[in-house]
Amino acid sequence: MGLVDTARTKSPWILHYDCGSCNGCDIEILACLTPMYDVERFGMVNVGNPKHADVLMITGPANRRNQRVLRNLYDQMPEPKAVIAVGTCASTGGVFHNCYNVLGGVDKVVPVDVYIPGCAARPEAIIDGVVLALRKFAGKNNGEAAK
Amino acid sequence: MMDLNGVLTVVAVIVLGPLVGGFLFGVDRKLTARLQGRYGPPIMQPFYDFIKLWSKNRIVSSQSQIMYVFGYLFFTVSALCLFALQQDMLMIIFVLAFGGISLIMGAYGVKSPYANFGAQREMLQMVAYEPVLMLAAVAVYMRTGSFMISDIAKLQQPLLFTLPLVFVALLIVLTIKMRKSPFDISASAHAHQEIIRGVYTEYSGPYLALIELTHWYELLLVLGIIALFWATNPIIGIALALAAFLLEIVVDNVEARMTWPWMIKFVWTTGISLTVINIGLLYLLK
Repeated sequence: MGLVDTARTKSPWILHYDCGSCNGCDIEILACLTPMYDVERFGMVNVGNPKHADVLMITGPANRRNQRVLRNLYDQMPEPKAVIAVGTCASTGGVFHNCYNVLGGVDKVVPVDVYIPGCAARPEAIIDGVVLALRKFAGKNNGEAAK
Repeated sequence: MMDLNGVLTVVAVIVLGPLVGGFLFGVDRKLTARLQGRYGPPIMQPFYDFIKLWSKNRIVSSQSQIMYVFGYLFFTVSALCLFALQQDMLMIIFVLAFGGISLIMGAYGVKSPYANFGAQREMLQMVAYEPVLMLAAVAVYMRTGSFMISDIAKLQQPLLFTLPLVFVALLIVLTIKMRKSPFDISASAHAHQEIIRGVYTEYSGPYLALIELTHWYELLLVLGIIALFWATNPIIGIALALAAFLLEIVVDNVEARMTWPWMIKFVWTTGISLTVINIGLLYLLK
Protein backbone atom coordinates (compact mmCIF):
# COMPACT_ATOMS: atom_id res chain seq x y z
CA MET A 1 0.00 0.00 0.00
CA GLY A 2 1.32 3.43 -0.89
CA LEU A 3 1.54 6.34 1.51
CA VAL A 4 -1.82 7.75 0.45
CA ASP A 5 -3.60 4.41 0.86
CA THR A 6 -2.02 3.92 4.29
CA ALA A 7 -3.15 7.40 5.32
CA ARG A 8 -6.65 6.72 4.02
CA THR A 9 -6.87 3.50 6.04
CA LYS A 10 -5.56 5.16 9.17
CA SER A 11 -7.81 8.20 9.12
CA PRO A 12 -11.40 7.38 8.19
CA TRP A 13 -13.75 10.13 9.20
CA ILE A 14 -17.27 8.95 9.71
CA LEU A 15 -20.59 10.58 9.00
CA HIS A 16 -23.34 8.81 10.84
CA TYR A 17 -26.84 9.28 9.42
CA ASP A 18 -30.02 7.95 10.99
CA CYS A 19 -32.35 7.24 8.08
CA GLY A 20 -35.47 6.38 10.03
CA SER A 21 -33.91 3.96 12.47
CA CYS A 22 -35.38 3.07 15.85
CA ASN A 23 -32.04 4.39 17.24
CA GLY A 24 -30.91 0.94 18.41
CA CYS A 25 -28.10 0.79 15.83
CA ASP A 26 -27.33 4.48 16.37
CA ILE A 27 -26.73 3.85 20.06
CA GLU A 28 -24.41 0.99 19.18
CA ILE A 29 -22.49 3.13 16.69
CA LEU A 30 -22.03 5.89 19.25
CA ALA A 31 -21.07 3.26 21.82
CA CYS A 32 -18.11 2.48 19.59
CA LEU A 33 -16.79 5.94 20.30
CA THR A 34 -16.90 5.52 24.06
CA PRO A 35 -13.84 4.43 26.07
CA MET A 36 -15.11 0.83 26.09
CA TYR A 37 -14.55 0.25 22.36
CA ASP A 38 -12.73 3.48 21.48
CA VAL A 39 -12.56 3.53 17.69
CA GLU A 40 -10.68 6.81 17.83
CA ARG A 41 -7.54 4.78 18.34
CA PHE A 42 -7.96 3.73 14.70
CA GLY A 43 -8.20 7.36 13.71
CA MET A 44 -11.96 7.27 13.27
CA VAL A 45 -13.67 10.51 14.17
CA ASN A 46 -17.39 11.12 14.09
CA VAL A 47 -17.53 14.32 12.08
CA GLY A 48 -21.05 15.60 11.58
CA ASN A 49 -20.22 17.17 8.26
CA PRO A 50 -20.55 15.28 4.94
CA LYS A 51 -17.90 17.51 3.39
CA HIS A 52 -15.36 16.27 5.93
CA ALA A 53 -16.37 12.61 5.96
CA ASP A 54 -14.98 9.58 4.13
CA VAL A 55 -17.33 6.89 5.38
CA LEU A 56 -21.09 7.21 5.53
CA MET A 57 -22.69 4.94 8.13
CA ILE A 58 -26.43 4.66 7.62
CA THR A 59 -28.96 3.09 9.95
CA GLY A 60 -32.64 2.55 9.35
CA PRO A 61 -34.54 1.79 6.16
CA ALA A 62 -34.77 4.21 3.24
CA ASN A 63 -38.21 5.69 2.83
CA ARG A 64 -39.84 8.06 0.38
CA ARG A 65 -39.16 11.17 2.49
CA ASN A 66 -35.54 10.70 3.44
CA GLN A 67 -34.28 9.31 0.14
CA ARG A 68 -33.71 12.90 -1.00
CA VAL A 69 -31.80 13.79 2.17
CA LEU A 70 -29.73 10.63 1.99
CA ARG A 71 -28.86 11.18 -1.67
CA ASN A 72 -27.98 14.82 -0.87
CA LEU A 73 -25.62 13.80 1.95
CA TYR A 74 -24.00 11.14 -0.24
CA ASP A 75 -23.46 13.62 -3.08
CA GLN A 76 -21.87 16.19 -0.76
CA MET A 77 -19.14 13.80 0.33
CA PRO A 78 -15.96 14.19 -1.70
CA GLU A 79 -14.41 11.14 -3.38
CA PRO A 80 -13.13 8.64 -2.36
CA LYS A 81 -15.92 7.55 -0.09
CA ALA A 82 -17.38 4.35 1.32
CA VAL A 83 -20.89 3.57 2.50
CA ILE A 84 -21.74 1.18 5.31
CA ALA A 85 -25.29 0.00 5.94
CA VAL A 86 -25.52 -0.75 9.66
CA GLY A 87 -28.23 -3.05 10.91
CA THR A 88 -30.85 -5.16 9.22
CA CYS A 89 -33.11 -2.24 8.42
CA ALA A 90 -30.42 -0.41 6.48
CA SER A 91 -29.39 -3.59 4.67
CA THR A 92 -32.77 -4.85 3.48
CA GLY A 93 -35.51 -2.92 5.22
CA GLY A 94 -35.69 -5.39 8.08
CA VAL A 95 -39.10 -5.86 9.67
CA PHE A 96 -40.31 -2.73 7.89
CA HIS A 97 -39.54 -3.85 4.36
CA ASN A 98 -43.16 -4.05 3.21
CA CYS A 99 -44.46 -0.86 4.85
CA TYR A 100 -46.15 1.52 2.46
CA ASN A 101 -43.58 4.27 2.92
CA VAL A 102 -40.42 2.14 2.99
CA LEU A 103 -38.40 1.68 -0.19
CA GLY A 104 -36.24 -1.07 1.33
CA GLY A 105 -32.60 -1.04 2.34
CA VAL A 106 -30.49 2.04 1.74
CA ASP A 107 -28.94 0.43 -1.32
CA LYS A 108 -32.10 1.51 -3.13
CA VAL A 109 -30.77 5.10 -2.83
CA VAL A 110 -26.97 5.02 -2.57
CA PRO A 111 -24.37 2.38 -3.54
CA VAL A 112 -23.40 0.41 -0.45
CA ASP A 113 -19.98 -1.13 0.14
CA VAL A 114 -20.47 -3.06 3.38
CA TYR A 115 -23.57 -4.49 5.00
CA ILE A 116 -23.54 -5.11 8.75
CA PRO A 117 -26.49 -7.28 9.78
CA GLY A 118 -27.93 -7.35 13.27
CA CYS A 119 -30.78 -5.87 15.20
CA ALA A 120 -29.17 -4.01 16.77
CA ALA A 121 -25.73 -4.62 15.28
CA ARG A 122 -23.16 -5.20 18.02
CA PRO A 123 -20.29 -2.71 18.36
CA GLU A 124 -17.82 -5.52 17.63
CA ALA A 125 -19.65 -6.24 14.37
CA ILE A 126 -19.69 -2.54 13.54
CA ILE A 127 -15.95 -2.26 14.07
CA ASP A 128 -15.45 -5.37 11.90
CA GLY A 129 -17.58 -3.83 9.20
CA VAL A 130 -15.68 -0.54 9.26
CA VAL A 131 -12.34 -2.38 8.99
CA LEU A 132 -13.71 -4.27 5.97
CA ALA A 133 -14.87 -1.01 4.42
CA LEU A 134 -11.43 0.50 4.97
CA ARG A 135 -9.79 -2.28 2.98
CA LYS A 136 -12.11 -1.57 0.08
CA PHE A 137 -11.61 2.15 0.59
CA ALA A 138 -7.84 1.90 0.37
CA GLY A 139 -8.15 0.30 -3.02
CA LYS A 140 -10.29 3.09 -4.41
CA ASN A 141 -8.78 5.95 -6.32
CA ASN A 142 -10.76 9.12 -6.91
CA GLY A 143 -13.88 7.94 -8.68
CA GLU A 144 -12.70 4.47 -9.67
CA ALA A 145 -13.99 1.74 -7.37
CA ALA A 146 -11.82 -1.34 -6.86
CA LYS A 147 -14.17 -3.98 -5.45
CA MET B 1 19.41 43.48 4.20
CA MET B 2 18.76 39.82 3.54
CA ASP B 3 21.35 38.01 5.58
CA LEU B 4 21.88 34.29 5.35
CA ASN B 5 20.86 33.69 8.96
CA GLY B 6 17.48 35.26 8.42
CA VAL B 7 16.80 33.27 5.26
CA LEU B 8 17.81 30.02 6.95
CA THR B 9 15.57 30.80 9.94
CA VAL B 10 12.57 31.40 7.70
CA VAL B 11 13.21 28.22 5.69
CA ALA B 12 13.62 26.20 8.90
CA VAL B 13 10.37 27.59 10.29
CA ILE B 14 8.43 26.85 7.10
CA VAL B 15 9.80 23.33 6.62
CA LEU B 16 10.22 22.08 10.20
CA GLY B 17 7.33 24.02 11.74
CA PRO B 18 4.59 21.64 10.55
CA LEU B 19 6.55 18.63 11.83
CA VAL B 20 6.73 20.06 15.35
CA GLY B 21 3.21 21.48 15.23
CA GLY B 22 1.66 18.27 13.94
CA PHE B 23 3.56 16.27 16.55
CA LEU B 24 2.21 18.56 19.30
CA PHE B 25 -1.32 18.11 18.00
CA GLY B 26 -0.82 14.35 18.04
CA VAL B 27 0.38 14.52 21.65
CA ASP B 28 -2.66 16.67 22.42
CA ARG B 29 -5.09 14.03 21.11
CA LYS B 30 -3.25 11.18 22.81
CA LEU B 31 -3.20 12.96 26.19
CA THR B 32 -6.85 13.96 25.86
CA ALA B 33 -7.73 10.33 25.19
CA ARG B 34 -5.71 9.12 28.17
CA LEU B 35 -7.38 11.70 30.42
CA GLN B 36 -10.71 10.30 29.22
CA GLY B 37 -9.72 6.72 29.98
CA ARG B 38 -9.21 5.66 26.35
CA TYR B 39 -6.19 4.59 24.32
CA GLY B 40 -6.41 7.34 21.76
CA PRO B 41 -5.00 7.63 18.23
CA PRO B 42 -1.27 7.26 17.47
CA ILE B 43 0.85 10.39 17.85
CA MET B 44 1.38 10.56 14.09
CA GLN B 45 -2.38 10.77 13.52
CA PRO B 46 -2.43 14.44 12.41
CA PHE B 47 -0.03 13.55 9.58
CA TYR B 48 -2.24 10.68 8.42
CA ASP B 49 -5.22 13.04 8.55
CA PHE B 50 -3.33 15.60 6.50
CA ILE B 51 -2.30 13.17 3.76
CA LYS B 52 -5.78 11.69 3.57
CA LEU B 53 -7.40 15.10 3.28
CA TRP B 54 -4.89 16.15 0.66
CA SER B 55 -5.77 13.17 -1.51
CA LYS B 56 -9.50 13.82 -1.58
CA ASN B 57 -11.51 15.28 -4.41
CA ARG B 58 -11.62 19.08 -4.62
CA ILE B 59 -15.06 20.54 -4.08
CA VAL B 60 -15.84 24.08 -2.97
CA SER B 61 -19.10 25.91 -2.40
CA SER B 62 -17.60 29.16 -3.63
CA GLN B 63 -14.34 29.95 -5.43
CA SER B 64 -13.52 32.71 -2.94
CA GLN B 65 -12.99 30.05 -0.27
CA ILE B 66 -9.79 28.97 -1.98
CA MET B 67 -8.39 32.50 -1.85
CA TYR B 68 -9.30 32.94 1.80
CA VAL B 69 -7.81 29.66 2.94
CA PHE B 70 -4.52 30.59 1.27
CA GLY B 71 -4.80 34.00 2.91
CA TYR B 72 -5.21 32.37 6.31
CA LEU B 73 -2.18 30.15 5.71
CA PHE B 74 -0.03 32.96 4.30
CA PHE B 75 -0.70 35.46 7.09
CA THR B 76 -0.22 32.93 9.87
CA VAL B 77 3.06 31.68 8.38
CA SER B 78 4.19 35.30 7.93
CA ALA B 79 3.41 36.04 11.56
CA LEU B 80 5.41 32.98 12.63
CA CYS B 81 8.34 33.98 10.41
CA LEU B 82 8.26 37.53 11.83
CA PHE B 83 8.33 36.00 15.30
CA ALA B 84 11.27 33.76 14.42
CA LEU B 85 13.13 36.79 13.04
CA GLN B 86 12.45 38.57 16.38
CA GLN B 87 10.58 41.47 14.83
CA ASP B 88 7.93 43.89 16.09
CA MET B 89 5.44 42.29 18.52
CA LEU B 90 2.57 44.60 17.59
CA MET B 91 3.10 43.85 13.88
CA ILE B 92 2.89 40.13 14.61
CA ILE B 93 -0.42 40.61 16.40
CA PHE B 94 -1.78 42.60 13.43
CA VAL B 95 -0.67 40.04 10.85
CA LEU B 96 -2.19 37.25 12.93
CA ALA B 97 -5.44 39.24 13.11
CA PHE B 98 -5.45 39.44 9.30
CA GLY B 99 -5.15 35.67 9.20
CA GLY B 100 -8.14 35.32 11.50
CA ILE B 101 -10.12 37.74 9.37
CA SER B 102 -9.27 35.71 6.26
CA LEU B 103 -10.76 32.64 7.90
CA ILE B 104 -13.88 34.59 8.88
CA MET B 105 -14.36 35.96 5.36
CA GLY B 106 -13.95 32.50 3.93
CA ALA B 107 -16.75 31.24 6.14
CA TYR B 108 -18.97 34.25 5.43
CA GLY B 109 -18.50 33.95 1.70
CA VAL B 110 -20.64 30.80 1.46
CA LYS B 111 -24.38 30.45 1.81
CA SER B 112 -24.23 27.90 4.61
CA PRO B 113 -25.90 29.07 7.84
CA TYR B 114 -23.54 26.89 9.85
CA ALA B 115 -20.50 28.54 8.35
CA ASN B 116 -22.02 31.99 8.88
CA PHE B 117 -22.74 31.19 12.53
CA GLY B 118 -19.20 29.92 12.90
CA ALA B 119 -17.84 33.09 11.30
CA GLN B 120 -19.83 35.31 13.68
CA ARG B 121 -18.58 33.34 16.64
CA GLU B 122 -15.01 33.46 15.37
CA MET B 123 -15.34 37.25 15.18
CA LEU B 124 -16.60 37.30 18.75
CA GLN B 125 -13.60 35.23 19.82
CA MET B 126 -11.30 37.76 18.19
CA VAL B 127 -13.21 40.60 19.86
CA ALA B 128 -12.63 38.84 23.17
CA TYR B 129 -8.88 38.26 22.94
CA GLU B 130 -7.49 41.06 20.76
CA PRO B 131 -7.71 43.78 23.48
CA VAL B 132 -5.89 41.52 25.91
CA LEU B 133 -3.13 40.83 23.34
CA MET B 134 -2.74 44.56 22.64
CA LEU B 135 -2.49 45.41 26.33
CA ALA B 136 0.00 42.58 26.83
CA ALA B 137 2.17 44.12 24.07
CA VAL B 138 1.86 47.50 25.83
CA ALA B 139 2.97 45.90 29.10
CA VAL B 140 6.02 44.40 27.37
CA TYR B 141 6.77 47.84 25.89
CA MET B 142 6.67 49.38 29.36
CA ARG B 143 9.18 46.81 30.53
CA THR B 144 11.64 46.83 27.63
CA GLY B 145 11.06 50.21 25.98
CA SER B 146 10.34 48.75 22.56
CA PHE B 147 7.99 46.36 20.78
CA MET B 148 10.82 44.37 19.19
CA ILE B 149 11.17 40.79 20.38
CA SER B 150 14.94 41.00 20.02
CA ASP B 151 14.91 43.48 22.92
CA ILE B 152 13.09 41.03 25.17
CA ALA B 153 15.97 38.60 24.91
CA LYS B 154 18.39 41.35 26.01
CA LEU B 155 16.75 41.75 29.42
CA GLN B 156 18.59 40.47 32.47
CA GLN B 157 15.47 39.15 34.13
CA PRO B 158 12.81 36.89 32.59
CA LEU B 159 9.59 38.75 31.77
CA LEU B 160 7.66 36.38 34.02
CA PHE B 161 9.03 38.04 37.16
CA THR B 162 7.76 41.53 36.33
CA LEU B 163 4.72 40.59 34.22
CA PRO B 164 3.10 37.66 36.06
CA LEU B 165 -0.47 38.97 35.69
CA VAL B 166 0.05 39.52 31.97
CA PHE B 167 1.23 35.92 31.76
CA VAL B 168 -2.01 34.68 33.34
CA ALA B 169 -4.03 36.85 30.95
CA LEU B 170 -2.06 35.38 28.03
CA LEU B 171 -2.87 31.87 29.26
CA ILE B 172 -6.53 32.79 28.83
CA VAL B 173 -5.78 34.01 25.31
CA LEU B 174 -3.88 30.75 24.66
CA THR B 175 -7.03 28.79 25.54
CA ILE B 176 -8.99 30.74 22.95
CA LYS B 177 -6.30 30.47 20.27
CA MET B 178 -5.94 26.73 20.80
CA ARG B 179 -9.75 26.40 20.58
CA LYS B 180 -10.01 24.57 23.88
CA SER B 181 -13.04 24.43 26.16
CA PRO B 182 -14.49 26.64 27.58
CA PHE B 183 -13.71 28.73 24.49
CA ASP B 184 -14.09 26.32 21.58
CA ILE B 185 -17.09 28.31 20.45
CA SER B 186 -16.58 28.92 16.77
CA ALA B 187 -15.71 25.46 15.57
CA SER B 188 -16.02 22.91 18.37
CA ALA B 189 -13.66 19.98 18.45
CA HIS B 190 -14.58 16.68 16.97
CA ALA B 191 -17.53 15.28 18.82
CA HIS B 192 -19.41 18.54 19.43
CA GLN B 193 -21.55 19.15 16.38
CA GLU B 194 -23.79 21.96 17.61
CA ILE B 195 -23.21 24.05 14.49
CA ILE B 196 -21.84 21.13 12.48
CA ARG B 197 -18.22 22.20 12.13
CA GLY B 198 -18.81 25.95 12.48
CA VAL B 199 -16.32 28.09 10.67
CA TYR B 200 -14.78 25.07 8.85
CA THR B 201 -18.05 23.56 7.63
CA GLU B 202 -17.76 24.33 3.95
CA TYR B 203 -14.10 23.39 3.62
CA SER B 204 -13.17 19.91 2.53
CA GLY B 205 -10.31 17.86 1.19
CA PRO B 206 -7.09 19.73 0.38
CA TYR B 207 -8.42 23.07 1.67
CA LEU B 208 -9.24 21.54 5.04
CA ALA B 209 -5.74 20.05 5.02
CA LEU B 210 -4.35 23.59 4.56
CA ILE B 211 -6.44 24.80 7.49
CA GLU B 212 -5.02 21.99 9.64
CA LEU B 213 -1.53 23.00 8.52
CA THR B 214 -2.25 26.61 9.51
CA HIS B 215 -3.34 25.43 12.96
CA TRP B 216 0.03 23.69 13.39
CA TYR B 217 1.89 26.91 12.55
CA GLU B 218 -0.44 28.96 14.77
CA LEU B 219 0.14 26.64 17.73
CA LEU B 220 3.90 27.13 17.38
CA LEU B 221 3.42 30.90 17.32
CA VAL B 222 1.24 31.12 20.42
CA LEU B 223 3.47 28.71 22.34
CA GLY B 224 6.43 30.82 21.25
CA ILE B 225 4.79 33.92 22.70
CA ILE B 226 4.37 32.06 26.00
CA ALA B 227 8.01 30.95 25.86
CA LEU B 228 9.06 34.63 25.51
CA PHE B 229 8.25 35.06 29.18
CA TRP B 230 11.50 33.28 30.01
CA ALA B 231 13.60 34.42 27.10
CA THR B 232 16.84 34.51 29.12
CA ASN B 233 17.08 30.71 29.07
CA PRO B 234 15.52 29.13 25.94
CA ILE B 235 15.31 25.68 27.52
CA ILE B 236 13.24 26.94 30.44
CA GLY B 237 11.22 29.04 28.01
CA ILE B 238 10.31 25.98 25.96
CA ALA B 239 9.54 24.06 29.17
CA LEU B 240 7.24 26.92 30.22
CA ALA B 241 5.46 26.77 26.86
CA LEU B 242 5.04 22.98 27.12
CA ALA B 243 3.72 23.33 30.68
CA ALA B 244 1.14 25.85 29.44
CA PHE B 245 0.27 23.41 26.62
CA LEU B 246 -0.34 20.60 29.13
CA LEU B 247 -2.39 22.95 31.31
CA GLU B 248 -4.60 23.75 28.30
CA ILE B 249 -5.21 20.06 27.64
CA VAL B 250 -6.24 19.47 31.25
CA VAL B 251 -8.50 22.57 31.26
CA ASP B 252 -10.08 21.39 28.00
CA ASN B 253 -11.03 18.08 29.56
CA VAL B 254 -12.32 19.59 32.77
CA GLU B 255 -14.34 22.47 31.36
CA ALA B 256 -17.51 22.41 29.32
CA ARG B 257 -18.02 24.65 26.33
CA MET B 258 -19.55 27.97 27.39
CA THR B 259 -21.55 30.63 25.55
CA TRP B 260 -20.09 33.58 23.68
CA PRO B 261 -21.57 36.27 26.02
CA TRP B 262 -19.86 34.53 28.94
CA MET B 263 -16.62 34.30 26.99
CA ILE B 264 -16.54 38.04 26.25
CA LYS B 265 -17.52 38.95 29.81
CA PHE B 266 -14.91 36.65 31.32
CA VAL B 267 -12.02 37.45 28.99
CA TRP B 268 -12.62 41.20 29.08
CA THR B 269 -13.06 41.49 32.86
CA THR B 270 -10.33 39.02 33.84
CA GLY B 271 -7.90 39.57 30.96
CA ILE B 272 -8.12 43.34 30.72
CA SER B 273 -8.11 43.95 34.47
CA LEU B 274 -5.09 41.65 34.99
CA THR B 275 -3.07 43.36 32.27
CA VAL B 276 -4.11 46.87 33.35
CA ILE B 277 -3.22 46.12 36.99
CA ASN B 278 0.14 44.80 35.87
CA ILE B 279 0.76 47.89 33.71
CA GLY B 280 -0.30 50.12 36.64
CA LEU B 281 2.10 48.35 38.99
CA LEU B 282 4.92 48.69 36.47
CA TYR B 283 4.16 52.40 36.14
CA LEU B 284 4.06 52.97 39.92
CA LEU B 285 7.19 50.94 40.64
CA LYS B 286 9.30 52.66 37.98
